[in-house]
Amino acid sequence: MRTKVFPGNYESLSIIAEFVRQAAEEVGLDPCATYAVETAVDEACSNIIEHAYGGENIGDIVCTCFIKSSELVIQLQDTGRSFNPDLVEDPDITAPLEERENHGLGLYMMRQWMDEVRFSFDDGINTLTMVKRKETVC
Amino acid sequence: MEITHTAFKHSDLLKISGRIDSATSPQLADALSKITDNGGYRIVLDLSEVSFISSAGLRVLISAQKTCKRYNRGEVVLAAVPANIMAALELAGFTTLFKIFPETLEAVGSF
Repeated sequence: MRTKVFPGNYESLSIIAEFVRQAAEEVGLDPCATYAVETAVDEACSNIIEHAYGGENIGDIVCTCFIKSSELVIQLQDTGRSFNPDLVEDPDITAPLEERENHGLGLYMMRQWMDEVRFSFDDGINTLTMVKRKETVC
Repeated sequence: MEITHTAFKHSDLLKISGRIDSATSPQLADALSKITDNGGYRIVLDLSEVSFISSAGLRVLISAQKTCKRYNRGEVVLAAVPANIMAALELAGFTTLFKIFPETLEAVGSF
């Protein structure tokens, strides 16, 4: 297990990506699965900054990677506003150009590309846990 | 992220390198706005050197496509898309909204 604290700003995104990419490589995820993890973590951290904290440099993002033989578990924690993920509708990815909307795509990508996505909100701490298994085919 | 702009007679080419995420997508939006503000609506995006694209980057692509396709005055096309980026485009249902060319020259020549 390894944990690192990152300032909640968009400049942190590429540094967090490097942190989780290393963990994904240690687990032995293939490049496609590693890219999926990088995407999910980027989307989650962008949402934390934009929606939970409501802007950059309001609070930190704590990223913990649990490196297991068969899977990578990533936990992201913040102390911003909580939300109900069930209220975020999936975007209509078949809609014509003019009807494409600007929200919901990030959460949709996380749910599609990770094997598990779980949110919990306790004592002022928001925790997102995401799992990517080695045997999952991209 | 780095962006190189080449103006051709019938189109504008942007070659993008690096990550397109929440930190860098405003830079891409600015580069696209500069072209459309000057009346350029036929735009080729060379994505061969793009290592990552998030939903923030995808939103910039959609916005540019809406601007360019308005009044049938042009469109944004994509070229030389790496496999990971193509997977993201497919997941988001973008492959029906953009013409995608294997080679940049072919994309430029399509206008």
